[in-house]
Formats: sequence, structure tokens, C-alpha cells
Amino acid sequence: MSAPILSIRDLRVSFPTPAGLVRAVRGVNFNLEPGELVGVVGESGSGKSVSFLSIMGLLPPHAQVSGSAILAGQEMIGVDRDTVRRMRGKKVAMIFQDPLSALNPVQRVGAQIVEMIQSHQHLDDDAAHARAMELLDLVGLPQPDVRARQYPHQFSGGMRQRVMIAMAIANDPDVLIADEPTTALDVTVQAQILDVIQEIRRMTDTAVVFITHDLGVIARIADRVEVMYAGNCVEKAPVGDLFAHSNHPYTRGLLASLPVVGRDRLSPIVGAPPNMLAPPEGCAFRPRCPHAADECRGASGELVQAGPTLSACVRISEIGVSR
Amino acid sequence: MSDMLTVSGLVKEFDVRSTKGLRSSNQRVQAVSNVSFTIGNGETLGLVGESGSGKTTVGRCVLQLLAPTAGSVVFKGEELVGIDRSRMRDLRRDMQIVFQDPFASLDPRLTVGSAISEPLAIHRVEGDHDDRVRELLTLVGLSPDHARRFPHEFSGGQRQRIGIARALALNPSFLVLDEPVSALDVSIQAGVVNLLHDLQDEMGLSYLFIAHDLSVVRHVSHRVAVMYLGKVVEVSSAEELHGAPAHPYTEALLSAVPEPDPVVERMRERIVLVGDVPSPINPPSGCRFRTRCGRAEMRCAEEEPVLREVSQNHMVACHFPNEVPITIGARPA
Repeated sequence: MSAPILSIRDLRVSFPTPAGLVRAVRGVNFNLEPGELVGVVGESGSGKSVSFLSIMGLLPPHAQVSGSAILAGQEMIGVDRDTVRRMRGKKVAMIFQDPLSALNPVQRVGAQIVEMIQSHQHLDDDAAHARAMELLDLVGLPQPDVRARQYPHQFSGGMRQRVMIAMAIANDPDVLIADEPTTALDVTVQAQILDVIQEIRRMTDTAVVFITHDLGVIARIADRVEVMYAGNCVEKAPVGDLFAHSNHPYTRGLLASLPVVGRDRLSPIVGAPPNMLAPPEGCAFRPRCPHAADECRGASGELVQAGPTLSACVRISEIGVSR
Repeated sequence: MSDMLTVSGLVKEFDVRSTKGLRSSNQRVQAVSNVSFTIGNGETLGLVGESGSGKTTVGRCVLQLLAPTAGSVVFKGEELVGIDRSRMRDLRRDMQIVFQDPFASLDPRLTVGSAISEPLAIHRVEGDHDDRVRELLTLVGLSPDHARRFPHEFSGGQRQRIGIARALALNPSFLVLDEPVSALDVSIQAGVVNLLHDLQDEMGLSYLFIAHDLSVVRHVSHRVAVMYLGKVVEVSSAEELHGAPAHPYTEALLSAVPEPDPVVERMRERIVLVGDVPSPINPPSGCRFRTRCGRAEMRCAEEEPVLREVSQNHMVACHFPNEVPITIGARPA
């Protein structure tokens, strides 16, 4: 195993609000190896997006961030904005759910990609333009030379997402963070975009963090999965093991709630995710967990080996470890 | 089984203004084009399709929330198209709708109890409305005390239950469910899906279940109709549609849905459709799917395929249904 390209230690993010401190991320540890694709899965409010926005320096200024995130040897937390800006776009890039709001509506698409290239590389206009064409071709945009002269509103959702991906990989970043990039797209277009992301991995060796709530998408493209709940990672495993031998009640609950073939009645998880103003002490899943006991109040959240997965559940050996 | 709802030849056109430079012109877009289907008593018909397929417009036209341009909608033997307003208002007691966004569909200033009892007041239902509200809240799995609270105090899943309680207030026999679980997290979605199942069992409700998520549709529907660019391209039982899809678009749609199983996902052969859905303002001639179809031939451009039966209760609008095995649709190199 090589050194991780991204190493997050005890990341915490809180937002002061009139009602109190919302603790969105509560001690996340995360490693990303060069070239791998890690799926980060969790429901709304689990902290999956906020964790990675904080590394990109994209949270509003009032957010309180602590911990460490070392990306390609550079600390990203608590450093000055210029340092983060130099890294962003060059070493790490991010794509979002809504590509329209991430593109400049009054600038031609080609010019936006050229700007991205020239802000990190010393290329003259012709060379940067040639590189932009190459990128648009790589992401499967038909007629790149024609398309580059158009504006974002002339593109469909899928095509805009391809443009976003082209911009993200323009400077060969080591890490690409994809935050629900296919959630707003129709399934047939989603399939195209997932293919583009996999193609890019084959060609560039970029490591990808893929944030999603869709376990089907995770099953399709991830090498490894981290499951988040209430600001913590509760289980991590290679993708095959997570689906076949999950060892956390929350992950098991998520899988049981999916409408799959042959399942007559779905099993929802009872209750709702906790209020992050005052998350439950110990294991945050405790109030919704069918196996909760007193000892769960003192759970540290530390991940321990349980069968093929790493699980934060302190009662997993009593509940039954799947191997 | 008698039919609850019969829709035939439904057409809905909208005027759109398109601007090119300084010139603008009026154009018509046919959002729903000659759509026919039936829904039996106690039956769920799933209506699936991607954005712009016209599925939501069909739902609105069925309830006469939008006036159809042409066609007929017969509900319990009564023609709804062109019906007078007061009769339609009476009929709405019996046909209700649940919307996708439980945050937008509830008035933030009304207590949950007032929101649920509003239809009772509008239709001047006699009896104790508060009792009925408590009964409805219990029916959808909430607490009767919740009647005094406001929508912002509830989670998405709970709000959707409130929306369902409101739709059920007048004891309807038919519900249009327009993406009722799309905005919910999976662990919450499962509970609402189960609730809809239970309500159907207990009250014998018929549903038109509109959704883009095929795995949910497969789970809740008896039969499924697939729409593409304003047309129904295939109708069949949920099992047969998923087991033996006959239309190439249905095949592609099913193959695009990621299954939550890495073993299956990595083994399966996938049909990746090229390009995007064409503009409904200027749809392709003949078969509307032909521009993205791997089976398309000359005939598909010249002659529009009509919906015909390929096996019992399985209708397909394709000149070449299910004749080529699953590897259709060229992928970009």
C-alpha cells in the first residue's frame, strides 16, 4: 500500500446558529489511496458533503473547522486562503450536483475551461485551447469545437456535467471529489456520466471520492465504501463486503429498506436522523437501532474490525458478525 | 374487475414562446401525445419516464387540474373532459393527489390539523372534524397530538404522511401519487411505501403512481406504463416489464438503474443510450425514440409504431419489439 494521497484526521465541523452549535461533522478519519475510488454514502444531514467542502475551503467563513486533512503533503485545514486556492483546481477538484450553478452563464464554455487551465499552468492561449478541446473530447462531448463556443444554457444537464468534469480534470488533480454528481440527472444520463468518471480513472489515475446517497451507484463504481451517519463514519469496507457482510446496524438497516426484487415488504429504519444541535451521546444511531443497549451510550465511535469490515458498533459481536 | 379510470387518446399541448435574437415566435409543444391506459379497482398503475416525458402532465390532466387538449378521461363511468366545474368539484372528493415536495405542498402558517381538515370544510362534510383529523393522523402513522403543530416541526417523511392524510380526508377511492417518495431518504422512503401499500389493502384505493425511480415503481405497482417524449411506449404487469421488457427504451431504462449489488453491477451488460432526449417542440418523425435506438431502421422514421399487444396484457409501441437480444444501443467509442 502506498502513502495516502489524502489523509483526514479527526475532522470536526460546526456551524453556530441562533439555536446553538450544529455539529455537522464530529471526528471523521479518512484515507484515500492514489487511484482508488471511494464511495461516501449517507443520508441527508449525515455530514458527507460538509466534510469534503471543508477540505476544499468552500465552507462559509463562520464555520468552525478543526482537525487535519493532508492532501498531497499539504495541510488543508487552518491554513491561509492562498494556500488552499493554489491546491484547489490543481491538486484537488470538485464537481457538484448542480452543474448549472457552477458554470458562468455569460461566458462561453470553452473560455471557462481555458481560464481554469491558465490559472494553474503556464500555457499560451493556443496551447490552452488545444488542451480544452482534448478535455471536452475525453469527457465525450460531441463536436467539441462547436460546443466550446456555446454558453452553458445551450447544454443539457448531462452535457453540463461533462463540462464540469472536463474543468475538474483540466490540471490533472490527484483527487477528484464528486458530490452527488448524478443525483439531478435521469438514469440513462447518469449511466453515461458514471462511464465518463470510470473512463477518467482508467486514463488519469486520479483518485475519486464519490459522495452519494444512492447505494446502487456505490455498488456500480466504488472500490471501497465509507458509511456516514450523524457526522461520523460508522462503517468502512471494500464494496463487495459492505453489501454482502455489513457489520453495522445502520448499514444493515439501509440495505433492508431498499426496494429490491423479491422483497415483498420493505423494512424502514424507525424514527428520523438526530437533531445535530444535540446529537445523542455515544452511538448516534442508538435511538433508531433495534439492538441498542446501555453500553451504546458510552460508545466511542472508534472503528474496529468486524469480519471483513470496520464497524463503529460496540455490540456487533453480540448482534452477530457477518463474515 | 371494473375499471376505476379509463384514459383514451389524451393529448395536452402547451404554447411556448421561443426567442431567437430579437425575434420571438409562438410554438406548440405536445407534452402528452395520444396516451391511453386504464386503472382497475384497487390497482396501482406505475407511470415512469424521465424528465420531460409528460408523466406529471398526465397526472394533472387526469384530475382536470390541467384541461386536456383532446381525448377522454372516464372516472367511474363519468366523462371528466368538458364536465362542468361544480360537478368536477364534487368528484374531487373521490380523486385526490399527493405531491412530491412535502415542504412546498403544506402551508407553513396552518397547523397540521387545519391543513388536514381544510378539505372537510371546503366540501362541507358534517360531523366532528377534529375527530376525523385525529383518526387520519393515526391512520398514517402519526400521533393525534400532532394536529396542533406546524409543518416546520416535522421531518420530510412525516410531512409526506401529513400530505397523504390530507388526501385521504374525504375518503377518496383514487389517488394520483406524483413522485411521493422521491424527495425522501431511502430509510424513510421505505416507511411511506409500506404505508401506501397498507392503505390500499385496507381501503381498496386505486393509485396512479408517477415516478422516475424504477425500483420503487416495480415494488409498488401492479402494472407499469413507460413514457418517452409524451407517448406511452410500453404497458405491462410489473413483473413482466422487468423480466421481459419488449421496448428498447424500457430495456435501456432498466439497464441504467444501478442495482444495490456490486456482484450484479459488475457482471451485467449495460445498454448505454447515446445522447439526450430530443426536444418535444420538434420531436423525431415516426417513432420518437428512434434517434437513440439501436434497432432503428428506415421504417421507424416513416411510420409511427402504435401500441399493440405482444403477449397477454403486454402492450408495446415498437416495430421491432424484443427481437434483438439485449446488446442494443451503440456506445460511444
